[in-house]
Amino acid sequence: MKRKVLQKTEEIFTRFLMVFSTSIIVSALLLIIVSILYKGLPSLSWEMITQIPKGGYYFGKEGGILNAIVGSLYLATGSTILGLIISLPLALYINIHKAKNSKLVNFIRFLLDILWGIPSIVYGAFGFTVMIYFGMRTSLLAGIITVTLFIIPIMVRSMDEVMKTVPKGLLESALSLGSTRSETAYKVVFRQSIPGIVTAVLLAFGRGIGDAAAVLFTAGYTDYIPNALNQPAATLPLAIFFQLSSPIPEVQNRAYAAAVVLTIIILIISVSSRIVSNKFKQRRIK
Amino acid sequence: MINGTKIKVEHLNLHIGKEHILKDINLVIPEKQLTVILGPSGCGKTTLLKSFNRLTDLNPDVKISGHIFNGDEDILHPKTEITQLRKKMGLLSQSPYPLPMSIFDNITYGLKISGRRKKKFLIRRVENYLRQVSLWEEVKDRLKDPASALSIGQQQRLCLARGLAVDPEIILADEPTSALDPVSSKDIEEMFLKLKQRYTIVVVTHILRQARRIADYVIFMYLGEVIEHGPAEQIFEHPQHEMTKAYLKGAYN
Repeated sequence: MKRKVLQKTEEIFTRFLMVFSTSIIVSALLLIIVSILYKGLPSLSWEMITQIPKGGYYFGKEGGILNAIVGSLYLATGSTILGLIISLPLALYINIHKAKNSKLVNFIRFLLDILWGIPSIVYGAFGFTVMIYFGMRTSLLAGIITVTLFIIPIMVRSMDEVMKTVPKGLLESALSLGSTRSETAYKVVFRQSIPGIVTAVLLAFGRGIGDAAAVLFTAGYTDYIPNALNQPAATLPLAIFFQLSSPIPEVQNRAYAAAVVLTIIILIISVSSRIVSNKFKQRRIK
Repeated sequence: MINGTKIKVEHLNLHIGKEHILKDINLVIPEKQLTVILGPSGCGKTTLLKSFNRLTDLNPDVKISGHIFNGDEDILHPKTEITQLRKKMGLLSQSPYPLPMSIFDNITYGLKISGRRKKKFLIRRVENYLRQVSLWEEVKDRLKDPASALSIGQQQRLCLARGLAVDPEIILADEPTSALDPVSSKDIEEMFLKLKQRYTIVVVTHILRQARRIADYVIFMYLGEVIEHGPAEQIFEHPQHEMTKAYLKGAYN
């Protein structure tokens, strides 16, 4: 009898914990969205997302943040593509080719986990040091390379987790048809993992576009839209940062408008990648 | 009854880590016949089958010694060209694993990696092999659909057709009906009986009745050892070994 009461209390308590933590997460998300919308929407105008800053923009005069929108898109797209080119072969390599050498594979995974944990400002500082060594100035290219470095571990490890779940029987089937390891990797494992790879790319893109610290010293900041890789580029997180640190309330509100723009970009990317990944999910073998 | 010898195994020993999985295996597998490797679960049947096309290489802990001859070629020799070897042996696994692509591409996969890319040729081949496994009528209007949309029985037949398309000499089947319903199982068995005229077939099973239905030659294994092997009627009617007799009576099931 006593046991039953205890079990029931435990059940109620666990359920309470679940509801409690879920509601904290959901309300935090709602609060963030509501507060940036509340403060940002009134300042968000067509002018703001189609114009670059004019003289005195940061003192409340006319202009927009098109420089930062385009800069951020360039930077995040560039580093996501570059990161994918490096990460995909690495993830396939440690799962297919080197699967036999588990010590090496575990060591690579361990290294990647450490790299994942390093804060992005450290990547920024590292990128800055390298730039000085080569005599480079702040530029889009330097920003792309730095962001690429810090999203590679995220990409590789999340692709890795997906590829680990590829059934062994599928590998054996592909190999039995006479495919080499590389053919198995690129024609079978890659296809099977596409939904997960899309998620990994999205995650990396989101981190890339949202990061301020890695681009602060490397991509720099400018009022103009970069039209070459060696020009500095503005980014949305920095645009938010600079405007928010202004004492003028109007400019501060524009920072929230910029945050709305950033959130919408991430939303579009995540919805469209969901659609792509669902399309490929049908082909997956369970 | 026995024609030629297709595969000859000599002193095969296989360890996984410290465990001795296959113990001094010596046997022959006759050409263009249906050989059944029979034995209770966990006796090393599947491992033996997979060492024939060296899928055992995938497990880093496997240590293997001895010889497996396919004709004059030693399969276990480190210099053996592994992709060529595997093309000679189609594999049908316990549950079907179609490739994550369309039905059409599943059949053409093996042909394409061998460099056959002419569209007309591929189309003819796909029809041919799907007919061989009696799948053509069921899927001819949806060849572009993902293979994962097929029922599990159809998937297993697709996997068989995919294996045949590589033009193997040997078909290795690892409990190919264990995930299937009775009707699909019967289909597969009948296909094997048809195919053995052109291919050497090795089927792993622990189902005694299935072995009785399809086997020409039987290898009985127990705890990593080959207890007895010989033509089907000899093993089933006049087993020599006590353990075989006991198994046939159902003692281990």
